[in-house]
Amino acid sequence: MSEQVLHDTDSVVLKINAVSRTYIDDEDKTVEALRDISLSVRRGEFLSVIGSSGCGKTTLLRLIAGLDVPESGELILNGEKIKDPAPQRGYVFQQGSLFPWLTVEKNIASGLKARGVYKDNKAEVARYVELIGLKGFEKSFPHQISGGMAQRVAIARALINNPAVLLLDEPMGALDSFTRADIQDKLLELWKTNKTTMLLVTHDVDEAIYLSDRIVIMTPRPGEIKEIIEVKLPHPRHRGGTEFLSIRRDILEKLHLASAAPQPEYAI
Amino acid sequence: MSNVSSLPENLKPEAINPNSLSRDIPGRGAFPKISYVRYALLSLFTVLGFIAAIAVNRLFPQIANVQIEPYQIGKSLSIDINDLYVLALSGVILLYTAIAVFSFSDADRRKKFERRMPFRFAIGLVLGLWEVLGTKLLLLPQPFFPGPARILEPFLMEPGYILQQILYSLRLFSYGFVFGVTAGVLTGILIGWFPKVYYWVNPVLKISGVIPAVAWMPFALTLFPTPFSAAIFLITICQWFTIASLTAQGIQSTPKVHFEVAKTLGAKTPYLVFRVAIPHAMPQIFTGISIANGFTFTTLVMVEMMGQPGGLGYYINASKVWSAYYKVFAAIFIMAILFSLILRAVGFVESRVLRWQKGLVKS
Repeated sequence: MSEQVLHDTDSVVLKINAVSRTYIDDEDKTVEALRDISLSVRRGEFLSVIGSSGCGKTTLLRLIAGLDVPESGELILNGEKIKDPAPQRGYVFQQGSLFPWLTVEKNIASGLKARGVYKDNKAEVARYVELIGLKGFEKSFPHQISGGMAQRVAIARALINNPAVLLLDEPMGALDSFTRADIQDKLLELWKTNKTTMLLVTHDVDEAIYLSDRIVIMTPRPGEIKEIIEVKLPHPRHRGGTEFLSIRRDILEKLHLASAAPQPEYAI
Repeated sequence: MSNVSSLPENLKPEAINPNSLSRDIPGRGAFPKISYVRYALLSLFTVLGFIAAIAVNRLFPQIANVQIEPYQIGKSLSIDINDLYVLALSGVILLYTAIAVFSFSDADRRKKFERRMPFRFAIGLVLGLWEVLGTKLLLLPQPFFPGPARILEPFLMEPGYILQQILYSLRLFSYGFVFGVTAGVLTGILIGWFPKVYYWVNPVLKISGVIPAVAWMPFALTLFPTPFSAAIFLITICQWFTIASLTAQGIQSTPKVHFEVAKTLGAKTPYLVFRVAIPHAMPQIFTGISIANGFTFTTLVMVEMMGQPGGLGYYINASKVWSAYYKVFAAIFIMAILFSLILRAVGFVESRVLRWQKGLVKS
């Protein structure tokens, strides 16, 4: 994507304008989860938000989903202000979000049923089962399949509604590294076929570089955007490649993780 | 399955076959071969107790002076209680023989059959001993403890009348069950979903929930036009309060993430209630029904004993007045079977509805 496209307002699917959010923690202390966040998400891009835990990245995602409201600032999707959760902003939770009483097939269909459009789109369910490679598991219940399969179902369930943007809240966080790599590839595949804008929150630097067009680095307390890094490597990316590793080092330095001794201002 | 080949080895459908997850039956050939002689002996011992009971009935001399009357069935058939008793025991023997044959081909069933052998053997022996003490020698205090054959007498004497009482009890139970479960689930949903309803209704439910339903009997009998409707009311409230509080608990304990998922998928309130909260509450609802059924059986028999023109409770009460304790035992025997059947039926529906829980919770 060229620089020109960046400035073209038509290509911006989601605009976040000076959003701040504080909350009160268990000890009655005010925590600034997000301070003055501004960000434009381009149509069709794969954007990752990376930062240590507590930097407000999940809060940001929940605001976009409409599951939470900002104290100041506004979020605009396709020209409309975000107020409530809606299916055009699909959300994939960390884990355990499948309805345990529904089979794989019915969990995927629940995306359509919730909107009341299941009858006209029945064929979509079978298509997505095929897409995520779970053919033969349609009638299995969530506790009968592996964690990786469950996350694929969760992704399919959100994608079946054709969201303008898919919000992914550390969906691979609880998986082992083999399964994680598998889902990352699956996600790239779905991104390419569906051309859905992806917004991934993660604390895995490799994952962010492997998947993203741009990486937003956030710092905690208060949660602020430190820098946005463009990753211009072609897919499929090689995790051990020189460029890959140099981007990795760059990000880790910016997160102050690369140096052995932590910087005093970030030592908590 | 072409795209499956790109998956890591442990994720391939062959590795986790959905069919094998539902029920793992060990291969029939894999089990050590059971000896035919041993299995035949097992089967023999299973029915041996009952054979002994028949032998006692037929061969043990009737020492005490007990009058045993024949009953006319149809035009030509005339049988007495001993004949019926032997017939019943033969039925049991036949049943167990059939089970033995049926279980032979399956290792799991065979194990179960073997495990139950000593108990089944003992039942037969106890029946034999009971008959000796109860009928043959009359050593047990009479008329309170009649022998096992005598307990079958009401089925010869008045089978139609007994059937009528069974149907009466079943009718009362069914009405109470349907009303109680409906009212219970509905109230439970309201309490679980609306905090205002919870605030006002839950304390009332908590207090009234501990009161045994029969305590309301005087009011029920005065306020309702017929004893039948009064009884239905009492059985209904038995089910109602228990099921309502458990339903409410189930709905309130729905994980927030399920609601959030549904909302991001575009769900509105009806979907959140009927497709998220209620399915999540289902296990609790069934727990409520099971607990309530226990109370309901008690209440059912109590109300029938105290103010109904029919039913098994009524039958017990009416028989007691005539000191016909063998009829009381007969009614108890029927209740045991009837109530277990009801529990079985509920259990069957439960296992179907909660199919998704299989393997998820310890059963």
